[in-house]
Amino acid sequence: MNLSMIIYILGCLMEVEAGLMLLPAIVGWGYGEKSALAFLIVAAVEALIGFLIILKKPKDTSFYAKEGFVTTAFSWIILSAVGAIPFSVTGQIPSYVDAFFETVSGFTTTGASILVNVEVLDKCMLFWRSFSHWIGGMGVLVFMMAILPLAGAGGQKLYLMRAESPGPSVDKLSPKIQDTAIWLYGIYLALTVLCFILLLAGGMDWFTSICMSFGAAGTGGFSVLASGYASYSYYSKVVATVFMMLFGVNFNFYYLVITKRIKDALKMEEVRWYAAVYFFAVITILINLWHVGMLGHDALGIDAFFSVASVMTTTGYATADFNLWPTYSRIILVIIMFSGACAGSTGGGIKISRMIILIKSVNKELRRMIQPRAVRHVRLDNKKVEHATAMNTLAYLAVFVLIYVISLLIVATDGFDTTTTFTAIAATFNNIGPGLGMVGPVGNYSEFSVLSKLVLSFDMLAGRLEIYPLLFLIMPSTWRRA
Amino acid sequence: MNIIIVGCGKVGTTLAQQLRQENHDITIIDTDRDKLEAAVGALDVQGVHGNGTSYRVLNEAGLEQADLLIAVTGHDERNMLSCLVARKAAQCHVIARVRDPGYYEDIDFIKDELGLSMVINPEMAAATDMYRLLRIPSALDVDTFDKSHVNMLRFKLEEGSPLIGKNMIEINGMLNGRMLVCIREREGTIVIPYGNTELAAGDIISVIIPTNQLSSVLHQLKMRQRPIRSAMIAGGSSTAEYLSYMLLQSGVDVKIIDWKRARCEELADRLPNAEIVCGDCGDKQLLAEEGLQKTESFVCLTNIDEVNIMLALYAAHISKAKVLTKVSKIEFEEVLDTLSLGSVVHPKNITAETIIRYVRALGNAKGNSAETLYRLAEGKVEAMEFIVQPGSPITGKPIMNLHLKSNLLVCSINRGGKIIAPTGQDTIEVGDIVVIITTQRGIRDLSDIVRS
Repeated sequence: MNLSMIIYILGCLMEVEAGLMLLPAIVGWGYGEKSALAFLIVAAVEALIGFLIILKKPKDTSFYAKEGFVTTAFSWIILSAVGAIPFSVTGQIPSYVDAFFETVSGFTTTGASILVNVEVLDKCMLFWRSFSHWIGGMGVLVFMMAILPLAGAGGQKLYLMRAESPGPSVDKLSPKIQDTAIWLYGIYLALTVLCFILLLAGGMDWFTSICMSFGAAGTGGFSVLASGYASYSYYSKVVATVFMMLFGVNFNFYYLVITKRIKDALKMEEVRWYAAVYFFAVITILINLWHVGMLGHDALGIDAFFSVASVMTTTGYATADFNLWPTYSRIILVIIMFSGACAGSTGGGIKISRMIILIKSVNKELRRMIQPRAVRHVRLDNKKVEHATAMNTLAYLAVFVLIYVISLLIVATDGFDTTTTFTAIAATFNNIGPGLGMVGPVGNYSEFSVLSKLVLSFDMLAGRLEIYPLLFLIMPSTWRRA
Repeated sequence: MNIIIVGCGKVGTTLAQQLRQENHDITIIDTDRDKLEAAVGALDVQGVHGNGTSYRVLNEAGLEQADLLIAVTGHDERNMLSCLVARKAAQCHVIARVRDPGYYEDIDFIKDELGLSMVINPEMAAATDMYRLLRIPSALDVDTFDKSHVNMLRFKLEEGSPLIGKNMIEINGMLNGRMLVCIREREGTIVIPYGNTELAAGDIISVIIPTNQLSSVLHQLKMRQRPIRSAMIAGGSSTAEYLSYMLLQSGVDVKIIDWKRARCEELADRLPNAEIVCGDCGDKQLLAEEGLQKTESFVCLTNIDEVNIMLALYAAHISKAKVLTKVSKIEFEEVLDTLSLGSVVHPKNITAETIIRYVRALGNAKGNSAETLYRLAEGKVEAMEFIVQPGSPITGKPIMNLHLKSNLLVCSINRGGKIIAPTGQDTIEVGDIVVIITTQRGIRDLSDIVRS
């Protein structure tokens, strides 16, 4: 384990976070808020510490998969721990654990909140919450790679990107990783700006438009009103629905479209399944709502379109309290919480491509049982899925269930009802935000004990980083000397 | 530049690494997923799994945007086919590795018909290098610049050399400026020497000497300068075949030992003037019988690096012959340097150097670009040759007034056939051929040598 290199990269990360904190400071200054000073002070201290770290470049720049995972895990923990300080020192969120939960929820693009009423927060605090979604959506290390020529020959960057980016197999878009990172952030920024302009054009004020665009882009879900997204215009809801879905698409899709390979883009199996699952969920929910007579006040069913998009892309904005919907609709929502969005998008969950590989692997294994000599492969996008990738996906599911069960046991000690406990973990582990019951769209996470909040914070980080980085951090074998 | 490399073997990987350092976009194609995975993990390059002769796979690797395709798989035919496909499908430059001596006879025809920009033969290149070394046996390395008008020699200072204890100014006076010391290696540290840098026994130095002064300078330095008259070659690889051919042409007695009967027959057929011995070159008795102790040079050219290294150590131990060793695969260069292996030749580095030189010339069409490039001292120092084009900003001024970058030395100026070992008062003029040496990276153009 090359600790000096890990610490060096963490130093770079601190410089980046300090730089990013200047934005909320500027916003706060614009609104004449005193709390903006907190951002400036925290940024200055962080920049100084980071500077002292990067002053000395490590001699040994060796960096392998292990270092990549550990660096990623530490990066996100530091990011959240420091990002929480302005909330607690200004007293806007008095408890540091609550502030930490809120910040983790921001960076992991979960959108789960411990705040009963968000409207009491200063504008700069609201901005920082939403901005953290945007940073966390595409990943802060990817951002770092896009703007900084990191030290070393380059292998290390791939390990960092693999550890931070979601999906069963992470590929570069172009030969150089810095170009790949620039491409990803370019697409991300362009879509975000487009979303912002369209929201602004619909009559939303600029502050709300920016925060809501950040939330949709990172598929986060923090809003600036206690009522979430319910009070905005019909037009804004349509725009938000479309953009949430767009940000849940694998970014390779956009790369293919931009490089004029639209045919290949449309053939992407994952994107097709993503669309199919979405429309299946929306249509059956609409039928279900119509059947029980709940469609009356929402003739065009925008709530169904919006809620399914919001839950499936793991954003977590709410226009309606789907907690009150009939059982079938609620179960569908819980199921798509787990399926999540595409790999290589800003969304969370288990990811559609993993689901496809799982289902196809199961199919292959079943057919092998009745026809043992047949040789078959799992194929995705008409390419063979390596056995190692399929096994890794199965292992991922197993670890996912394991962590889920352990979290469930701990959080259950708080004594809330089964739906609340179960969906609280589903909504944080899959980076959605609102669950059902007490943590439904109109509820929040403030009632949980400190221990549960820390467990849920861990789940959010594990969900965003796809478990392994955090797991390797606590596995003794990572820290063994040989 | 967008570069596709077909074949992720030792040459492919070395190329990818060095071209990546020059900041090109590299995509590697190979059928072995594990090798590919290892290369992509270690270098910042893209990997495409598949057969590099397939149009579909090449397209997936971005053939349309590619500026250059380099085919270095283990098969000549595949390399040529890859190049052919690439050439027909996209108007990019193509370089193929062709190593079979059989194809090499028709190489000009193949090159023209397939539209190859360059054909590279690592075995031939290694043989040429070794041949040069055998011409000047006292040197560890010999490189030539300026169409062989200037030699760069690398040698170890043995006890009793007249250079020991002298500094650069004294050496300059002693040899009337006919020799310039460019690099001093001492215990792993590399110095580009200046006026009062002193030399000591055990230093390895690289010097520049004009070809026509070579014998008189070597004489003055009390170094052996007579080319060798006999060579014993262990292993009948294709490098051995090329080398033997060159040696025989210049009248050197050649003896090749190989254990494969069929290969011996083949060699005897192709090299009628050489003596071919069929036997195990690991056999001490056989080596003694064939006269290892009397031969003037011993060249280890089997296909197994370990065997070459052992043979070289043994030969250096029991005979006074000049020993040359080929190391193709083993990467522990730091350790190899500490063994008394004589001169070590790395074919993959020679190949990579040649291709990088071509790539640099492609990327720098505006002139002043490097004509020749060598990587010296484990790749830490680069030696480059430029032809000065009109309009160059550094002409007409004395070198001492040019504010050259640090760790950079102008080693030689050829003005109309006259070689000048430059001092501070000399100037660089249009049309000169200039050799510079530096530890700095990123020198692409002659104007890069001055501080901006």
